[in-house]
Amino acid sequence: MTRGPETEITSYRDGPLVVRGPIRLVDATGAEIPVRRSTIALCRCGRSRIKPFCDGTHKTSGFKTEARASG
Amino acid sequence: MTLSAAPGFAAPRLPSPAGALSDALFDAMRRPPFAMWDLPAPESDDDLHLTLYACYELGYVGFAEVDGDWEWEPSLVALRASLERRFEATLREAIDTVADAPDGTVAERLQALIAADESPSVARHLAAHGIEHELAELLIHRSAYLLKEADPHVRAIPRLPGRAKAAMVEVLADEYGGGRLEYMHSELYRQALEAFGLDGAYGAYLDRLPGVTLATVNLMSLFGTHARWRGAIAGHLAVTEMTSSDANRRYGRAVRRLGYTSREATHYFDEHVEADAIHDVVAAYDLAGGLAEAEPDQADTIVFGARALILVEGAFARHLLGAWEAGRSSLR
Repeated sequence: MTRGPETEITSYRDGPLVVRGPIRLVDATGAEIPVRRSTIALCRCGRSRIKPFCDGTHKTSGFKTEARASG
Repeated sequence: MTLSAAPGFAAPRLPSPAGALSDALFDAMRRPPFAMWDLPAPESDDDLHLTLYACYELGYVGFAEVDGDWEWEPSLVALRASLERRFEATLREAIDTVADAPDGTVAERLQALIAADESPSVARHLAAHGIEHELAELLIHRSAYLLKEADPHVRAIPRLPGRAKAAMVEVLADEYGGGRLEYMHSELYRQALEAFGLDGAYGAYLDRLPGVTLATVNLMSLFGTHARWRGAIAGHLAVTEMTSSDANRRYGRAVRRLGYTSREATHYFDEHVEADAIHDVVAAYDLAGGLAEAEPDQADTIVFGARALILVEGAFARHLLGAWEAGRSSLR
């Protein structure tokens, strides 16, 4: 949780990847995806309707992360 | 559709009373502060929660015709404390109607509470077959909190230990738009109200709100006001965030199905789908989990706050859905 000069990505158990710190997000064509927040959550289950961002759908789809990645 | 910019901010007028106690208090509050004696007992839940709401409101925006010194008038503080004791007693009496989750980490316990909650869902109803006036009533009920969204939680910040404090600040900063008015959630809600042709002014609908609605806000003010309830405000916020993305997706669906497609009408709900998916894990693991890690004896208070939320929100949902099913208004 400590916020240093580096961008930090936290994997939360059965949930998204949360990114804190400066980040430039681009789509497959290289076009920039606007990032307004200082903290964002990226979809990890593949089922979000607002990809690349998380919308909480992992909860209803029963998505599980492997034990080693537990947050 | 053109919308006004944020209007000049004015404190609301005192609402009409809901019983003998609120009547007596509002009468007193129109005068300069004095020691109030012999106030009647609240005659109903509506009376209790409107009076308690008004006591707390003095610490938020206040009322146009009420002297600001009433906030710390000792007899008013004593009245507030007596109403808080009544409220807390009713919570403790009814808390076992909400399933408990005694085992596991705090995050696991909160997830188990949500999974076991069998309360009806206003969001599901509205998304599937809500009609216009039901949506309008829901927006009016929620204005009691969402025009001051996150304000009750701010008071908890100094009472939280390291990791939990950082997490609370991270969530709240986002609620306040990262410091940008145009993204501040209460401001998005004001715009949504106006996009639906409703009054976006703070406190405009206080007259119309039943006790069952005001109790949902009083619960946050209670937990946010008292340091001993720091665990409860953390548990309350965590479960709110853990269930909010899904509810707001459904509200967004209802809004669009009823023909409101402007950015002003939809932004509040869409914003919460994305924002609360972040707040969800931060509040569950870092805020609630972080607090329980630093102060293990807070774990049960965290869970109590979450169960109390499920209790008052369940009563709120049953009130709205019951009134609508009977063809009545759910407002006061």
